[in-house]
Amino acid sequence: MAETSVDHAHDTHEHVDESQRWEGAVSPFGASYGKIMMWYFLVSDAFTFAGFLIAYGALRFSMPTWPEPDFVFASFPFVDAHWPLIFVTFMTFVLIFSSVTMVRAVQEGHRENQRGVVFWMFLTVLGGATFLGSQAYEWTTLIVKENVTVTQNPFGRHTADGVYLNADGSEAKNADGTPKTFFKDQSYLIHMHDGKPSGLVYHDPAQRGEGMTSHENLKIKYTTGAYAGQVKEAAFGPKAFGALFFFITGFHGFHVFSGVLFLAIIMINAGSGLYAARKNGYEMVEKIGLYWHFVDLVWVFVFLVFYLL
Amino acid sequence: MAEHQTYEEAKALVFRGLMLLGAITIIEVVVALLAKGHLIHGVNFSHGFGHYVYMLLMIGFSIYKAYFIIFFFMHMAYEVRGLVMSVLLPVLLLVWAIIAFFSEGSYWGRSRENIRQRNEETVKPASGSNTQGYYIIPGTEKQVKLG
Repeated sequence: MAETSVDHAHDTHEHVDESQRWEGAVSPFGASYGKIMMWYFLVSDAFTFAGFLIAYGALRFSMPTWPEPDFVFASFPFVDAHWPLIFVTFMTFVLIFSSVTMVRAVQEGHRENQRGVVFWMFLTVLGGATFLGSQAYEWTTLIVKENVTVTQNPFGRHTADGVYLNADGSEAKNADGTPKTFFKDQSYLIHMHDGKPSGLVYHDPAQRGEGMTSHENLKIKYTTGAYAGQVKEAAFGPKAFGALFFFITGFHGFHVFSGVLFLAIIMINAGSGLYAARKNGYEMVEKIGLYWHFVDLVWVFVFLVFYLL
Repeated sequence: MAEHQTYEEAKALVFRGLMLLGAITIIEVVVALLAKGHLIHGVNFSHGFGHYVYMLLMIGFSIYKAYFIIFFFMHMAYEVRGLVMSVLLPVLLLVWAIIAFFSEGSYWGRSRENIRQRNEETVKPASGSNTQGYYIIPGTEKQVKLG
C-alpha cells in the first residue's frame, strides 16, 4: 500500500493551534483563499439556479395542466421510436462519468502526477463536450421537429375525457370502426404545418411500443367535465414551458460550456508544467473540479424537476 | 484535515461513487417509467397517494445524490466546520423560498381558475315584483342591481 497522502497539500496547516486560526497566521477555514472563494461563488450560483427552478415550480403549480416529461422527451438519435427518458438518462450518465474522471484528476494532482492530471482532465473535457452535443440534439428536436419556442408550446394535455372529431363534425373512427377517444390528462403534440396548427399527434396506449398516432385536425368533443358535450379545439399547452425549459437547461448548458473551456485551459497549463512548478498539489485543478462537480449537482435537480416529476 | 486517505482508498471511493450515482440514476428512471405506466400495462402511480409517494421518493434520491457529490466528490466531508456551515446554512434558507413560492403558485392557479369560471357565468334577471333592473348572480341567491 502506498502511504502517499492525497491531502498532503494541506499538511502545512496541520499543526496550527485552533485559537490561532483567526489571528492571521493561516486561513481560518484551513483552505486557500482561491478554494474558499470558489465555494462562495458556487453558493451564489446555487441561488441563481434555485431562483430559476423555484420560478419553474411556481408557474407549474399555477397551471391546470403541464406537459408530461415522458411524452415530451421521448426521442433518440437515429431511432424513430418513442423511448421515454432514455436519452436524458444517457446525458445524466455522461455527466456522472465526467464528474468521476474529474475526481481522479484532482487525486492525481495531489500526488503531483502531471501525466495523470492531463489524462483524466482530457476525459473530463470529452465528457463535457459529449453532454453539450447531446443537449444540442435535444434542443434541435424540440425546436425544429416539435416547434417548441420560448413563446410557443405545442405540448398539451386533455382536461377531460372525450372523442376526436372529423372536419365535418362527425366522430372520428379507428381502423376497426371504434370511435377515436382520448382520456383526461392524455398528452398530445399539436402538429404544425407552415406555422399553423394542423393536427394532433399522440401516443395511443392501446398500441404500446408502436409509436405515435395522429389526428388530422384539432376538433375534439368532451364527454366528461365542465365542457361535456361541447365541441372545442385542442389548445396549446402552458406557454411558460418553452421559456422555462430553454432558459434553465440553457443556463446549465452555458455552465457546462464555460466549464469545458476552463477545463481545457487548465489541462493545457497542467501539461505545460505550470502547476508542477507551483508545488501546491495542483490546486487550480481542485478549484475547477469544485466548479465541475457543481455543474453535475445542478443537473441532478434539473433532471428531477424537468424529467422525473 | 480530519481524515487522511491513502491513494488506494481514495481511488476506491471514486469507484464506489460511480457505482452509487449510476445505480441511483437507474433506479430513478426505472421507477419513473413504472410510475408513469410504461413498464407494466395498467400499472401507474400518476394520481393520488401513489403519485405523492413517487414524488417524495424522487426528491429523496436526488437529495442523496446531491449529498454524495458535495460531501465526497467536492470533499466537503473533509473541510473545516466553519466552511461547511457558511456554505450549507445559507442554502438551507431556500427550503422556505420553495414552500412560499409553490404555495403562491397554487394561489395564482386558483385565481386564474376562478376568473375563468366567472367569465363564463351569465347573470339572470330576477323575477317577482319590484325587481326591475335586478339580477341574480349564479351561485348566490342575492339580487343585485347592475349598471
